[in-house]
Amino acid sequence: MLEALLVMSLIALALGAVLGYSAIKFRVEGNPLADKVDALLPQTQCGQCGYPGCRPYADAIVSGEADINLCPPGGEEGIQKLADLLGVEFKPFGAGAEPKPKAVAFIDENTCIGCTLCLQACPVDAIMGAAKQMHTIIASECTGCELCVAPCPVDCISMVTISENVENWKWKYPVYALKSVPPETTSRTPV
Amino acid sequence: MRTLFKFHGGVHPPGNKAQSTQQPTAVAPIPAKLVIPFRQHAGEAAKPVVQVGDHVLKGQLIGEPAGFISSAIHAPTSGTITAIDIQPVAHPSGLPDLCATLIPDGRDEWVERKPTDYRTLPADELRHLLRMSGIVGLGGAVFPSDVKLRPLRDHPNKDIGTLILNGAECEPWITCDDMLMRERAAEIVQGAEMLRSMLGSREVLIGIEDNKPEAIAAMRLAVADSGLPFEVVAVPTIYPGGSAKQLIRVLTGLEVPSGKLPTDIGVQCFNVATVYSAWRAVAHGEPLISRVVTVTGNVARPRNYEALIGTPLTDLIALGEPLPDTDGYIMGGPMMGTPLPSTSVPLVKAGNCIIAGSKKLFPPPPPALPCIRCTRCAQACPADLQPMDLYWFSQSKNFGQAQAFSLFDCIECGACSYVCPSHIPLVQYFRFSKSEIRMREQEKQAADRARERHEYREFRIEREKQEKAERLAAKEKAAAAAKPVEPPVVATNPDAAPENTAQMKIQAAIEHAKEQAAAIKPKNTENLSAEQLAEIAEIEARRARIRETAKSDVEPPKE
Repeated sequence: MLEALLVMSLIALALGAVLGYSAIKFRVEGNPLADKVDALLPQTQCGQCGYPGCRPYADAIVSGEADINLCPPGGEEGIQKLADLLGVEFKPFGAGAEPKPKAVAFIDENTCIGCTLCLQACPVDAIMGAAKQMHTIIASECTGCELCVAPCPVDCISMVTISENVENWKWKYPVYALKSVPPETTSRTPV
Repeated sequence: MRTLFKFHGGVHPPGNKAQSTQQPTAVAPIPAKLVIPFRQHAGEAAKPVVQVGDHVLKGQLIGEPAGFISSAIHAPTSGTITAIDIQPVAHPSGLPDLCATLIPDGRDEWVERKPTDYRTLPADELRHLLRMSGIVGLGGAVFPSDVKLRPLRDHPNKDIGTLILNGAECEPWITCDDMLMRERAAEIVQGAEMLRSMLGSREVLIGIEDNKPEAIAAMRLAVADSGLPFEVVAVPTIYPGGSAKQLIRVLTGLEVPSGKLPTDIGVQCFNVATVYSAWRAVAHGEPLISRVVTVTGNVARPRNYEALIGTPLTDLIALGEPLPDTDGYIMGGPMMGTPLPSTSVPLVKAGNCIIAGSKKLFPPPPPALPCIRCTRCAQACPADLQPMDLYWFSQSKNFGQAQAFSLFDCIECGACSYVCPSHIPLVQYFRFSKSEIRMREQEKQAADRARERHEYREFRIEREKQEKAERLAAKEKAAAAAKPVEPPVVATNPDAAPENTAQMKIQAAIEHAKEQAAAIKPKNTENLSAEQLAEIAEIEARRARIRETAKSDVEPPKE
């Protein structure tokens, strides 16, 4: 009886030690699920979801605080991917949160007064300039988040939609136009 | 006799090559206007280096390479640049692109040409010369040739033992390489020797499909005349035997592994027209400004023309005299070419053939029917893929699975669509999937870059805050250290509480401010006129009155 108790408690102790050791040794920093969610977000850092950037939104999704349909730049496809990852139902965008076509900011350099307010607003440091010097957008790094548009005191920033050109053109999904055939050619005399 | 190998699949479409080989290559006249696109090669578009109104000479650089994979663009004849703008080009999308418009002056005057002996130049200078001469692969991919001649990045010491010249020209209707080999074989052989010496290859194989006996004979003669140990090999005619990977397989028995390049197995492959133009560029100093193009199909006079790059296709088509029932044109061959949205587009380096189409020659494909999984496409696929599965994944936009089934090994040859009994345009689906996957990868990279930049910005803001705090702390410390030198106020008053010292500090600051105010004299008080003095006196009086009323009347509301 005593032996059995001893053996059981020894086993319990040993297993407990293993568990305790692995809890310290294999400790995971941060939330791996939030990393996965963050990887699916488009990283525009626009704050349209109501969170100050993509990572905070990812954290909010994982903690159950936020819905998965709050990211317009990700598009419906983004919602679908989040739904697949989290094992939840697809949820369409709410009213007024539909995705817009991709755009980059453009500074009208004739109007810019060099106030640096847009520099401070840009979440990805895609605006170059200094106090009382003209500012300009590094178009290749601009995520189109529109955060620089509101702070500009002289309204010199506009969003330019990226139109289709030879460089970003994609092959289209094959579709066929169904030709309407005149009725006389289709009607067949019954044999 | 060399043992030849076979590749999987392939089809035998009717050749239709005899029509355009009856007459020798003719030189197309200089058109009234040339439109030269700046994007005629794979990679980055060339950067314009001329301005509107400039007079340029034949062969003068008008677009310089921008980026690692890029090439130069030259003026095809002498004349005046009248516009550099967006114009329609021969792109499958039908979208316009940046072009220079050149109005020829008719003199066709060459820029100073510098013929070079390639043996006197090191390989890197030769590569630069080819890059600046705009030499790109003329077989269809228009990949810059200088990049293909670089030493291997992963194994810089591994040599490329075999150089293959691709004269297979497997697509129906096209005969431009055939005619080039018949007429200019000696120069192709010279060019091959030049490229061989650049790559350090031991063996040169020239693969020509056996439906071109004249070209094979001409090349064999040229090789014998040159005394070089090259081998001209007649390969069986089967489409797509002219695709680089398939030709390598037939000639050497080696298979280029999935996702690798021919150089990884020690083979490099060049089209015969590329070799010819590389030779012209080095030995004659002539950049790539013209090419041989086949005008055939539903025309009265099918023939090959040596035409200047930038010639409007309308002019070339007019030379062939299209028949009245012509209803469309294809650039390239019927298997891989793209229908032209309009004939006003210019000839580019990739333009090997223009086929006039009619309902009789190319009947419109019957409507696509459902896939019945007959696997005829898999039997025809030269890349050993399973097109029926790729089609299934592409049409359901299951791109991950399509990639897992090696979608990117598809060479888009069209053999699967050709044999499909349901007439499914399989290649269109594969192109759609490929470009969608590429676009997604680019977006992913952009997102990763944005995330990195955002994280760095947050780190920087945090660091700046910290640095500011540290600076302030250091300042305060320095101020505290400097204090004891002055007569310390705190020390004279031993029972001064901390709030007392604070008050004293404030008091001292007020005193200091008052002193400063007293020291500053009002400006512009001298040399004033009587009116000005009167005005000042009036203002002062008003201010005094306001002060008085403020003191007496306006009591702060108590309740």
